[in-house]
Amino acid sequence: MKQIDWSSLVINESGKAVKKFMYVNRHAPHGTIYPLEGLEVVLIGAAFDQDVSMAFIGDGVFQLNKGQDTADSGMKNVALTYGALGDYEVTKLYVEQESLDERGLELNDLMNLTWEDEEENWAEKPSIQVVSRAQLSDLLEQQDVILNF
Amino acid sequence: MKFSVMVNEGPYTHQAADTAYHFTRAVLDAGHEIFRIFFYHDGVHNGTRLTTPPQDDRHIVDRWSELAHDHDIDLVVCVAAAQRRGILDKEEAKRNGKDGDNIAPGFRISGLGQLIEAGIEADRLVVFGD
Repeated sequence: MKQIDWSSLVINESGKAVKKFMYVNRHAPHGTIYPLEGLEVVLIGAAFDQDVSMAFIGDGVFQLNKGQDTADSGMKNVALTYGALGDYEVTKLYVEQESLDERGLELNDLMNLTWEDEEENWAEKPSIQVVSRAQLSDLLEQQDVILNF
Repeated sequence: MKFSVMVNEGPYTHQAADTAYHFTRAVLDAGHEIFRIFFYHDGVHNGTRLTTPPQDDRHIVDRWSELAHDHDIDLVVCVAAAQRRGILDKEEAKRNGKDGDNIAPGFRISGLGQLIEAGIEADRLVVFGD
């Protein structure tokens, strides 16, 4: 069993230890319902005072593509919800570099998602961080709860 | 150890429902505790009592109901996912003006907060699905 690192223990307002939740998105945005129902979990989960992050790997990186338009397909446009994540204090969106490369995408192709840092006079900061596969592997290792969508 | 289980795929179509069931049995047999089993995405179809498989096949829904009865396991079907897919208890059927309900014994319909709580309260949340 993994040794517990007590130095990283955080207590939330309800006096309970905060867990690290990571939502891992692996599917393209509108071909399956996983991204939409995944976002519903993220938004509900935001009310629970946990340490939340999202990861985008494989075809999941397409979820953050700029300029998605579902009008002709009749699907609900899930991409619109990403703009609201900052307001829900979901501010850590890790995108895997290799997954972008494999699909001919770069950071510039993704939505400009930001959050406002209360501790720095509401400075606007980028939510998306591009990380390597190896870095993401380390991040996954640090999590308490991982939900795949 | 305290486990929570999440089932994300429909019965018969996908192995997830079977593996989750066998995993749960193994957890209990080893003397561990199941905090909750949460059904999401097409996994909500595990909770309809109208399921009628051929007699020579396993009955996945009855199997869950028996497990809930024998071991007092909390089986929770996500309300939003259930409504999209036509899984209703009496209350939800009435609220939505439907002419019948189909939730199987031992299951209850509730919100996604139950999934987050399952992640917080259990030592391990184990997810079954694609």
